[in-house]
Amino acid sequence: MAATAIERLHRRSLGIRRALGPIAEARGMARGMLWTGAGITLVFVLLAIFAPVLSPYGFDQYQAGGRRFAQLAHPGHGHILGTTVQSTDVLSRIVWGTQTELEVVGLALAFGLVIGVPLGLIAGYFGGLFDRAAVLFMDAMFAFPPLLLAIVIAFLLGSSVSSGVLVAALAITITYVPQYFRVVRNHVISVREEPYVEAARALGAKPFTILRKYVFFNVVQNVPVIATLNAADAVLTLTALGFLGYGVQPTQGAEWGYDVSRAVSDAASGIWWTGLFPGLAIVLLVTGLTLVGEGLNETINPVLRKRSIRRVDFAAPSLEPSTEILEP
Amino acid sequence: MSGNGEVLVKVDGLKTYYSIRGSFLDRLVGRTGAAVRAVDDVSLELRKGEVLGLVGESGSGKTTLGRTLLGLVPATDGSVEFEGREITRLSEHDRRLMRRRMQIVFQDPHASLNPAMTIAQAVGHPLEIHGLAKGREEVRLRVADVLERVGLAPAEQYLDKYPSDLSGGQKQRAVIARAIILNPVLLVADEPVSMLDMSVRAKILELMLALKHDFDLTYLYITHDLATAKFFCDRIAIMYLGRIVEIGPSEAIYEDPKHPYTQALLRAIPEPDPRRTIPRDLPRGEVPDAARPPLGCSFHPRCPKAFEVCGWESRDLKELLERRWAGMEEAGFEDEQASVGSLEPLDDPATHARMPGGAVKAILDEARAEDPAEPFWTGVRRIESADGHVEIDWHEPVAPRLLPSGQVEVECHLYDEEALAEAEKRRRSGIPR
Amino acid sequence: MSAVLEVRNLRLWYGTARGSVRAVDGVSLEIAAGSVLGLVGESGCGKSTLGRGILGLLPEGARADGEVLYKGRNLVTMAPRELRRLRGPDLGLIFQEPMTRLNPLLRIEDHFRETLEQHESKLTDDAIRRRSLDTLGRMGIPPTRFRQYPHEFSGGMRQRIMIALALVLRPSLLVADEPTTSLDVIVEAQILRILADLKANFDTALLLITHNLGIVAEACDRVAVMYAGQIAEEGPARDVFAEPKHPYTRELLRSTISLETTELHSIPGAPPNLITPPTGCRFHPRCPDVMRVCPARDPIETRPEPDRRVLCWLYGPDGDIPPGGTEPAERERIALAEEA
Ligand SMILES: Nc1ncnc2c1ncn2[C@@H]1O[C@H](COP(=O)(O)OP(=O)(O)OP(=O)(O)O)[C@@H](O)[C@H]1O
Ligand SMILES: Nc1ncnc2c1ncn2[C@@H]1O[C@H](COP(=O)(O)OP(=O)(O)OP(=O)(O)O)[C@@H](O)[C@H]1O
Ligand code: SF4
Ligand code: SF4
Ligand SMILES: [Mg+2]
Ligand SMILES: [Mg+2]
Repeated sequence: MAATAIERLHRRSLGIRRALGPIAEARGMARGMLWTGAGITLVFVLLAIFAPVLSPYGFDQYQAGGRRFAQLAHPGHGHILGTTVQSTDVLSRIVWGTQTELEVVGLALAFGLVIGVPLGLIAGYFGGLFDRAAVLFMDAMFAFPPLLLAIVIAFLLGSSVSSGVLVAALAITITYVPQYFRVVRNHVISVREEPYVEAARALGAKPFTILRKYVFFNVVQNVPVIATLNAADAVLTLTALGFLGYGVQPTQGAEWGYDVSRAVSDAASGIWWTGLFPGLAIVLLVTGLTLVGEGLNETINPVLRKRSIRRVDFAAPSLEPSTEILEP
Repeated sequence: MSGNGEVLVKVDGLKTYYSIRGSFLDRLVGRTGAAVRAVDDVSLELRKGEVLGLVGESGSGKTTLGRTLLGLVPATDGSVEFEGREITRLSEHDRRLMRRRMQIVFQDPHASLNPAMTIAQAVGHPLEIHGLAKGREEVRLRVADVLERVGLAPAEQYLDKYPSDLSGGQKQRAVIARAIILNPVLLVADEPVSMLDMSVRAKILELMLALKHDFDLTYLYITHDLATAKFFCDRIAIMYLGRIVEIGPSEAIYEDPKHPYTQALLRAIPEPDPRRTIPRDLPRGEVPDAARPPLGCSFHPRCPKAFEVCGWESRDLKELLERRWAGMEEAGFEDEQASVGSLEPLDDPATHARMPGGAVKAILDEARAEDPAEPFWTGVRRIESADGHVEIDWHEPVAPRLLPSGQVEVECHLYDEEALAEAEKRRRSGIPR
Repeated sequence: MSAVLEVRNLRLWYGTARGSVRAVDGVSLEIAAGSVLGLVGESGCGKSTLGRGILGLLPEGARADGEVLYKGRNLVTMAPRELRRLRGPDLGLIFQEPMTRLNPLLRIEDHFRETLEQHESKLTDDAIRRRSLDTLGRMGIPPTRFRQYPHEFSGGMRQRIMIALALVLRPSLLVADEPTTSLDVIVEAQILRILADLKANFDTALLLITHNLGIVAEACDRVAVMYAGQIAEEGPARDVFAEPKHPYTRELLRSTISLETTELHSIPGAPPNLITPPTGCRFHPRCPDVMRVCPARDPIETRPEPDRRVLCWLYGPDGDIPPGGTEPAERERIALAEEA
């Protein structure tokens, strides 16, 4: 019995291994991009998870042991990356900021996927009036500049939703739902015409069975790529919101964009560390996520995919026929 | 081999039209555009245990007819009786039950299997859909059985493979396995071998014959290849532009093809016989647009035997002129085109045309003198120049009927006494040759 | 008759992750001026690779070795730029799917203009027009449709336009890779008629790649049967079909379903993978006549008749077969579904 259980488990894992196959086989540029990006992203994820341990101070802590930190202290003296005009520790703000960024981006992605993908599936597969309405609505949303849309949503929700992270996440979600919707819907429309979908209908499968078993898996392949690329974009949107003052409120958490905006006035007086470090953090995280996205794109997208090939060598030893057969 | 007489499927006056999407605005206000008459008034019977071949060129509506039988596209009009029961207007639930009894194998084995499902999952899915097996292990066992039956043996080697790991022939075997696992009585095979290599075709056809015998299957075999159909089918139906133009027992059709289209198809097949050369007297042109079929007999623009009653019209004149110009030196063509003017008015099907310029009559006379045997001229009732214009009239089109002729039924005026008589009458009244 | 193109011991291999695919492995051929040579074989035998390789149109990672002699020059070692200049006016290519090769945004007229201007820059507008219309006319495309876009034509017309586009430069050799596969029988016959008449109308030689033996029989002067990257048999089409020498040719003919077929026949197994093809004769795992020498030694090309070449030990040379080599050998059992 144990053997069959293992066998069954093995069979289950076939699909997963097949899906991950191209990633393991990625070579060259794609491989480098994928792993570098994943490395950078992982560092940020760890920073976010272990922020309470890693961060020397709280995100809005301006004193320790009753003594207020120096204002705008140079990097070095007890504050590796210096302090801000409010005496907060720059390093701590960056570490805690990582948590905010990833929380917001993670939530936004999750919301975007949960809303955009099913909508796209249903609209694409069933078509009809619902599809037409959805497309019209999404196209209208898509036509808005994403940042403007996010600001409007953040502004609208800001008064009724108390969690700044949630507000920011929702604001960003709204800008990405149309993208997931579009990609999924268009892909569904092409998959819907595939003979294997018609074969499923001929077998008597119900529409939702077809969606689940025949359409979904063939359509979601592109989603990870878009999701990671969007994540990079979302970081930028969030920091832009923060920069403009519509993001996570300073009382609720550290946020890099906000820090950069505060540092603008410092820069004029030669104070570089308050702006440079959060700025670098933004650039690094965005780069990391973009690399993962592009790397995935190249490995998953068969058109771009390049596997390692062995050079043709005409001089290689030719096939050695066995002479055994001739010997009695 | 052939059927035992009991009728399994009875198709009567079946029509399946696809509406062509208009512009976005049209769709928004629910306006439908023109229709493609993919299947246009087809009646036939399929007897239990027989293989009926449905043969025709691309776009003749073969696939649509097969899909309509299975209820994969709605019938526009007419009826389909399956095992004595009308099935064109079944409820979703009843239709799903009926799916167990009739299955389909598609042309492209590479696209007929879900790339994300293993062979075991794909072939076993019908059992799950219809709740015909208890538990995954039973499904797996039954799948293994049917895989071995279609030649994918030992089944263990294939169960956990993905379609992309299989060759075309192997995929088609898996598709067939999926189709027969529900034990259907009718299998619609839509060009099951046309995407396969020559050397694999015979193997798949052999398999299908064996399965037919073992499972008491009835086949509707759709193909554009008269050679495999000859070997495989008991009866043949030749389709052209949505209509059946000839239907009858295979031997009769191959030995004595009656419809000019059937004759042309048979002559066009390249045979691996070096004594043959490609025939020169093939029908010209291609299958016309099914949204705007020719008047009268749909085949008349290409038919070498067409005559007075076949439906000659303005579009044929356009083709005649274009053919003439294609064979001309540039200077001559330009002169003639200048005097004829735009051919676009001829695009609207009509039996009357009025063209500007007196030179047109001279051109037509010359064309006629150059090739008096061209069937087009039989359809012309009158050419007259009047006040700087030329008026051309054609005989009224007569739609051909599917009539018995010997062992077969054929839809061609050549085999219709009434039409022949009418033609004779017109010949005497028409302009002299 | 002199040869327009001579292929000598050509090898075209693809580099892949698992090793070199020996898609064309030691092929020699001659195409006489104005003649039609058919190239047949099962899927994956290297027909397209050979057709493209002759024109130097192989993808990245593929390498060529051997000689393709055209007007005394070896195309294999020729600089890519020079080769590009030959492609079109000297060597033409027709693909299977015409729509993918015609630019949907350009009128037919512009396709011709572009092609002609690229290779014969001295032509005046008027001459371009005349040449294009003349060639199109011979393909049965009326001049009235000269200014239309590709999508306004049917499949068969597009293929005829493609042929006209290749012929307007008057190449001495045209490679046609399955030019009729996506077309209906009647239209296919129309196109084959045009191709077979090339000699009379344009004096162009044709390499016609197909897997339909019927097409070869009806349209070709000579035929080369390809198996696993090699030419198994070559000779006048009439003779080869009347009396096939190579067991593969014979089996291929037998398994073709034609109007005369009364009994199905098939070749067991499938063409081999070309990274590690079978040793000795590559057909030996599937050959009904396999002898003990076959898997052990590479067959040597022989000429059982003056005009025919065969690559099979059945035709010797006897001196190279070791004693006992002609004894029949056991054929390994091949699973039913081991097929292409
Ligand atoms: N879904 C569709 N919507 C609109 N028109 C369609 C659709 N499917 C088919 N048609 C049209 O209906 C006609 C018949 O098509 P069908 O596919 O039934 O022909 P067929 O005989 O099976 O051809 P083939 O040999 O190419 O498979 C064609 O003119 C085709 O363009
Ligand atoms: N770009 C490529 N890289 C690697 N291998 C290739 C490539 N193109 C073709 N091959 C392999 O080379 C062999 C010959 O392929 P080719 O396309 O020439 O065959 P063919 O005879 O034209 O087949 P078909 O009748 O299917 O067109 C096959 O085994 C194929 O898998
Ligand atoms: S009715 Fe018969 S003769 Fe007339 S066009 Fe049609 S097929 Fe030809
Ligand atoms: S060499 Fe041997 S195996 Fe090869 S074809 Fe000839 S007889 Fe068959
Ligand atoms: Mg079809
Ligand atoms: Mg090929």
